[in-house]
Amino acid sequence: MAVLETTAREQRPPREAVRRRRAAGFTSPAHRGDARLAWVLIAPALIGFLVFAAYPTVRGIYLSFTDFAVLSPPEWIGLDNYTHLLHDEVFWSALGVTVYFVVLSVSISLVVSIVTAAVLHRLTSSTVIRGLIILPFLISAVVAGTVWSWMLDTQLGIVNIVIKALGGDGIQFLTSRGWAIPSIALISVWKQMGYTSIIIFAGLQTIPPTIYEAGRVDGASELKMFQRLTLPLLRPILALVVVLNVIGAFQVFDIVQVTTKGGPANASNVLQMYIYSKAFGQFDFGYAAAMSLSLFVILIAITFLQMRLLRANESDTNA
Amino acid sequence: MTPRRRTLRIGRTAAWTYLVAVLFVTIFPFYWILRTALSDNYALSANPASILPVGFTWGPFQRVLGLATTEQSIAEGGSGASISLGHYLVNSIVYASVSTGLIVFFSTLAAYAFARLHWRGRDFMFSLFLTALMVPGILTLLPNFVLVKELGLLNTYAGLILPGALFSAFNIFFLRQFMLGLSTEIEEAALLDGAGKLRVLFGITLPMTSGPIVTLSILGFIGMWNDYFWPLLATSDDSVQPLTLALAVFKQSSPQAQPDWAGLMAATLVAALPMLVLFMAFGKRIVNSIGFSGIK
Repeated sequence: MAVLETTAREQRPPREAVRRRRAAGFTSPAHRGDARLAWVLIAPALIGFLVFAAYPTVRGIYLSFTDFAVLSPPEWIGLDNYTHLLHDEVFWSALGVTVYFVVLSVSISLVVSIVTAAVLHRLTSSTVIRGLIILPFLISAVVAGTVWSWMLDTQLGIVNIVIKALGGDGIQFLTSRGWAIPSIALISVWKQMGYTSIIIFAGLQTIPPTIYEAGRVDGASELKMFQRLTLPLLRPILALVVVLNVIGAFQVFDIVQVTTKGGPANASNVLQMYIYSKAFGQFDFGYAAAMSLSLFVILIAITFLQMRLLRANESDTNA
Repeated sequence: MTPRRRTLRIGRTAAWTYLVAVLFVTIFPFYWILRTALSDNYALSANPASILPVGFTWGPFQRVLGLATTEQSIAEGGSGASISLGHYLVNSIVYASVSTGLIVFFSTLAAYAFARLHWRGRDFMFSLFLTALMVPGILTLLPNFVLVKELGLLNTYAGLILPGALFSAFNIFFLRQFMLGLSTEIEEAALLDGAGKLRVLFGITLPMTSGPIVTLSILGFIGMWNDYFWPLLATSDDSVQPLTLALAVFKQSSPQAQPDWAGLMAATLVAALPMLVLFMAFGKRIVNSIGFSGIK
């Protein structure tokens, strides 16, 4: 990702010389004893990496090929979990529900965030307003889910009261099949939007104002400048935001758990919810691991595809 | 007025209207939490549209803080079972602050080793650490649960905290980048004066890195405070469970037919309050941190 690119860029030429000397067994006096200290300093991180990141990853892959119910040792069953997965209707429905959620929440969030960031950028530099916008980001998804289940309640929820007062019919936001996922997506947008706006806002601030002055001299309208200058210049940061939001949205769980628990009748049973219920409801850890790994593969494929499609590394000014 | 000026003015009005609408939707739920938490459940169902609290009472707060008697809470539409959020609050504070303190400290040590020391294998180790950025939580959480269970650490602070307290690829990367951008002059002068590397790290580099350290601490604390999935796996005993879990359990155990909405909103407010205080104190810093972390 963008991360790796930065590290490559800052390898200054003298480093080559240093490396050659080091390879020859020579250490400059200023750095004698560095190696021992370095290993001591990275020891906690290294232990954390090995024990709680690398080992669980490898083990997760192994467990996905086993029948494992935690209490007895895992039993190797080859590809059984994966063949079962191919025929598991609930899995495919969960995948469908998840993709529906991802598309809804990410696209709405992106549009609202871009507009909000652009409006903030043009109208005000007030940190107070930007602060208020990110307030929902500070609270947990559990809190957000609880508040919105109250506000979206069919009988007493303020949203339905307003809808009815305006002459509409009440909506069963969280208790009907059709509305469950859109409602959860809107709650997620409410929680996430400010954070994304602030990141895009920070991106907007890096665009030199002179570019717009040139556009204004040429008589371009605000909207045209936004379309032709702002969006293309923002491309790298938008790509990053999209990729991160998609990865996050695929793992949605907390809001669903608090608002609908996957219901009604699996209508909002997202993948992580299904994985959780398989693992902790039915103690089928092997199968849950297989689904986790499949989700991971899907995420890698989608991230790769997005980076290609969005050409994340370039900002095309003269498109 | 030229037509151009007029469209500009209309545009500005529309933009302000949009912004006010966004702000309203953003902030209104917070007000609604407070308004509901100060209301009486029976009064609420009779008059759900009132902008102000209906049947004003501190009852919901007393209920969730374990200060109300059963009769009192039933009289106000509670479930009768009073919960005591107090000790969950303590658990959350322990979980969030210890985790954040440890992870930022260990990340700083590692970042220094990567930014300032010369040692064989440095670049390899750094790339290795960065690969962890690609692995999503869902892949490691289940095996981590199994591991913590095998270590006998389920339902302990250690089991809750350890998996996230030692290694963070993002923190290490972020701090290393910052250290690489610092001038090394002062550090070199101190080394020439005979100071050891450790003294330089704690006496010079660390203070100079305090800005990003505070940034990462704030963002880390917010993340840990709001964490739900890992505590859900690692704890089932309420002696170590954080607030997020207590709130979710309270929400789910609330009767479907007649939920104790006032009590729920009071609990929600208790759970969110520390974040709101943090926001009052560090609002500007939080905003800048988020922008900064995105650009990096």
